[in-house]
Amino acid sequence: MSATPEAPLKTTPLHAAHLAAGARMVPFAGYDMPVQYPDGVLKEHLWTREHAGLFDVSHMGQGRLRGVAPLSAFEELVPGDFIGLKPGRQKYSVLLNRSGGIIDDLMASRPDDDGLFVIVNGACKENDFKVIDDELAGQVTIQRYEDRALLALQGPEAAAVMADLCPAVDGMVFMDVRAIDGFGTDLIVSRSGYTGEDGYEISMPVAEAHRIWDLLCADPRVKPIGLGARDSLRLEAGLPLYGHDLDETVSPVEADLTFAINKNRREQRDFPGAARIVKELAEGPARVRVALRVLEGAPAREGAEIADEAGAVVGVVTSGGYSPCLKGGIALGFAPPALAAPGTRLKVIVRGKPQAAEVVKAPFVPHRYVRK
Amino acid sequence: MRFTKDHEWVEVDGDVATVGITAYAAEQLGDVVFVETPDVGKTVKAGDGFAVVESVKAASDVYAPISGEVIEANGALSDAPETVNAAPEAAGWFAKLRLANPAEVETLMDRPAYEAYLATL
Repeated sequence: MSATPEAPLKTTPLHAAHLAAGARMVPFAGYDMPVQYPDGVLKEHLWTREHAGLFDVSHMGQGRLRGVAPLSAFEELVPGDFIGLKPGRQKYSVLLNRSGGIIDDLMASRPDDDGLFVIVNGACKENDFKVIDDELAGQVTIQRYEDRALLALQGPEAAAVMADLCPAVDGMVFMDVRAIDGFGTDLIVSRSGYTGEDGYEISMPVAEAHRIWDLLCADPRVKPIGLGARDSLRLEAGLPLYGHDLDETVSPVEADLTFAINKNRREQRDFPGAARIVKELAEGPARVRVALRVLEGAPAREGAEIADEAGAVVGVVTSGGYSPCLKGGIALGFAPPALAAPGTRLKVIVRGKPQAAEVVKAPFVPHRYVRK
Repeated sequence: MRFTKDHEWVEVDGDVATVGITAYAAEQLGDVVFVETPDVGKTVKAGDGFAVVESVKAASDVYAPISGEVIEANGALSDAPETVNAAPEAAGWFAKLRLANPAEVETLMDRPAYEAYLATL
């Protein structure tokens, strides 16, 4: 969560907008970022679930991979079917190391016929682009989009707001992506996000970002939302957070991301760490990411031990907190597969006290994606 | 009412001290969603972590401003932790301690001194 103390913090193109809105700023992924606005995390969270929340995620890494065959080249680093990715579609994937561990999770898409557009985590972006550049040298060239900002508009009223202000998104469904003219400039828009709500992620030229931010914030359905609520929203949506729930030791099977390992790729076994991952698919992993409802006491947060009912430590919470929608503790963590079935009773150890918890099926709060 | 640099307050009545967190602390924490109050009968020393207050984002320790034995905890906070935000220096109290060393109270800041301290933050 914290930046190296010596490194001066970077700012996004919306920095002045955050200060003007009264944001409390914190270091995150090397950037000075808004953790909350004056409304506070709880109200911002609930606003996003009921209306539309606007997030500055310009710290994330955006780039374009081009080459003779960029889709098949990209498959050398990820377990997803990207050769089969149609223009206009986006796909979630994971960048894998040779042990099948996750270097980062990412979105890759085809807004047009110009190679592959990728969005990676802010804290990982320098390494990600280096890995892609090193591993795919001679096959793809990378254009970093450091001249583009990224906003996310999330919530049940996001579509109505976009229909009024950016009608070129008409007809898009979940995980569609388009390069369009909107807000008077060139955009790359996907219908996706990190909250479990319907919504959009909008890439735009830096020079246009503050104007578009203000335009969106002027809509009474829209409020700016900080990183605090972004985290509680993604947790309720059961979505893993890199550096917490995912790291270089965790495989996509362990992370319960097997949907990102396409059938043809499993058969081809031609991605990094395929031996381990195919074995885990067949025999089950040693540990698996679970979703836990904390049934009593304090919220269980990152680092809290998970124990079985007899009290033996069997795993650890990798992210957890208070769910504003469920009004109780929720957590993601790792447990042995034998204790991972929904309904399994476990304990979480918070400040030395065992508290009852139950494995549930993720997400904690239903996704409301708009599909065809 | 007396105050600590960690933003706890103490109100002494005879040999019993009521303890809570200040309005400033409550505002900084944001919406309080959980409070872990100390067990009755527990003996604490000034500066010991003796309660935990949690917002959506994080858990924060509350330190005992003075030494003593916990004689009552504010049970109402388990169902209504938001009371800490609504009335931090009144109904949002955390616990009552029987003072072990009443002289400790004199080492804490009075309100003008605490407000002067806040102005430096």
